[in-house]
Amino acid sequence: MAGLPDAPDILRDSAYALSSPDSANAAHPTVGDVEIKNYTINFGPQHPAAHGVLRLVLELDGEIVERVDPHVGLLHRGTEKLMESRPYLQNIPYFDRFDYCSPLCMEHSFVLGIEKLMGLEVPERGQYLRVLFAELTRISNHLLNLGSHIMDVGAMTPNLWLFEAREDTYGFFERASGARMHMNWMRPGGVHQDVPLKLLTDIGDWLDGRFKRLFEDAISLVADNRIFKQRNVDIGIVSRDDAIAWGFSGPMIRAAGVPWDIRRAQPYDVYDRMEFDIPVGTRGDCYDRFMVRVEEVRQSARIIKQCLSQMPEGPVLTTDRKAAPPRRGEMKRSMEALIHHFKLYTEGFHVPAGEVYVATESPKGEFGVYIVADGTNKPYRVKVRPTAFSHLQAMDFMMKGHMLADTTAILSAIDIVFGECDR
Amino acid sequence: MPSSYPRFAANDGVIDAATAALGDMLVEACERVGEVQLHVKREATVEVLRTLRDTPGLEYQQLMEIAGVDYPARGDERFEVVYCLLSLTRNHRLHVHVRTDEATAIPSVTGLWPVAGWLEREVYDMFGVLFDGNPDLRRILTDYGFRGHPLRKDFPQTGYVELRYSEADKRVVYEPVQLAQDFRNFDFLSPWEGGAYQLPGDEKAAQAPGAPTPLKADEVKR
Repeated sequence: MAGLPDAPDILRDSAYALSSPDSANAAHPTVGDVEIKNYTINFGPQHPAAHGVLRLVLELDGEIVERVDPHVGLLHRGTEKLMESRPYLQNIPYFDRFDYCSPLCMEHSFVLGIEKLMGLEVPERGQYLRVLFAELTRISNHLLNLGSHIMDVGAMTPNLWLFEAREDTYGFFERASGARMHMNWMRPGGVHQDVPLKLLTDIGDWLDGRFKRLFEDAISLVADNRIFKQRNVDIGIVSRDDAIAWGFSGPMIRAAGVPWDIRRAQPYDVYDRMEFDIPVGTRGDCYDRFMVRVEEVRQSARIIKQCLSQMPEGPVLTTDRKAAPPRRGEMKRSMEALIHHFKLYTEGFHVPAGEVYVATESPKGEFGVYIVADGTNKPYRVKVRPTAFSHLQAMDFMMKGHMLADTTAILSAIDIVFGECDR
Repeated sequence: MPSSYPRFAANDGVIDAATAALGDMLVEACERVGEVQLHVKREATVEVLRTLRDTPGLEYQQLMEIAGVDYPARGDERFEVVYCLLSLTRNHRLHVHVRTDEATAIPSVTGLWPVAGWLEREVYDMFGVLFDGNPDLRRILTDYGFRGHPLRKDFPQTGYVELRYSEADKRVVYEPVQLAQDFRNFDFLSPWEGGAYQLPGDEKAAQAPGAPTPLKADEVKR
């Protein structure tokens, strides 16, 4: 602990330090106490602030964290193994269950990967719908994360308000796909079903009305709040170089000051037609991560409005019958359509042999899928690149020298979901 | 309509630059399905990745993923370990492939990127590939005390053990897997490829050409 180089300012400036300025242990808040034993405690796996089933083995010196050893894998379901024995179409629902807070963004990476291997064209309306719902998912994900982050550092009300807005997004997902949470709505070549016009107008009205009121109200309670800032500012600082070396992505790398966003740098679907700003942090602490997400929610709302105004009429799913089934009405009349339908739902489509790594900007960061196809109807290997894996690994160096109570702040500012981390 | 998948910077010249920088550490460089693959020698893994990271004009600053793949049909060097790199400055991605077998360790790149620590642990856990120099090569995703490497192709999907809470012992007990019904694999691929049987009257059609061989992803017209 002595001469701790990377102790945060809040510790160095604390009253403890002032009491013994000459001591070599000036930053040591426990100097003068009788005797402190180092001890190890378990955080989780059953803990409301663990955001699922994380087990942290914390080595403490008094109340200061010396070392963190995250134990993950308690939610490991062997999805990658299961996917190797199922046709591509049956694997899409597994993606909903990775990051169950942003299911559509998970599907997005997978269908884009299949499209890249097959060389499929996606109709314009299908691309707009995917972007629209990916952004709605981002809003939904950030509402949950912002709310629970606020609650983890001690405030109750904003979470309740944000959950109300989040509930509305689930209503929209249900109206589009029939399911609130695990939508299974995207397909290689577009989306499964078109949406009714009323749903689109309702989303537009909701963004300007109810959502805006709830969201801005809730954030105004904490964004400039003194207590909230004391819990977040200068906690878990990550520099630009560290963020790059630790494989950070998404809000985590942007909060560290790197303006990197896959939606902008490597646009997919119709993101290249969207106008939006990329918020970046200046200090790379928990507060920056929080505020980056707050601004992303506003930018997502902006993208959704552009989608609504630009979206053309037309098909939402490719008309290539070797990859996507015919509409049901057509199937009832045409023999050929019936055969296609039958083949697609028994054998499935064949994906040409090849290897791709396709990554998209999920709400939590870069969500990548590495697909090895061998020319059959099942993937030979699917490797999912979870965002949480690299972020959680950095817990150890982010936590070093912080107080035990900062664990929850740092953890929730990473934005972790274990369905994705453990797969 | 541009293609739907993420569009990063063009691959032009990347293979040439990599070939020049890597020299004889490179086994093969190719572009497949719009992505650059570099197959390199196992012993040179660290040097290759350091060159790719630090050479001006290549600048792959971030290691995003290490993926293991098992090809039992290949014989001795059955495992392929794939490093997915990203260049933030050049906005480009490529993957580096290294081959190994069960016994030979791959040099660890934890010295280049600390993030490799867990990524290598995962490959070790899932495939049993060893990494020389990783300071903390424990299992990561599987259960405490798990045996075997589940993503190998010869590991059964059902696994070998199952666990349940025993009311008698008041604790979780592990037992060998007992399936209530046989494991069913719904393989719809083979019937459609055509059975070996001959239907009456089909004798004359025996010479007819079969279905065309599926295209590789590179050969698909875009």
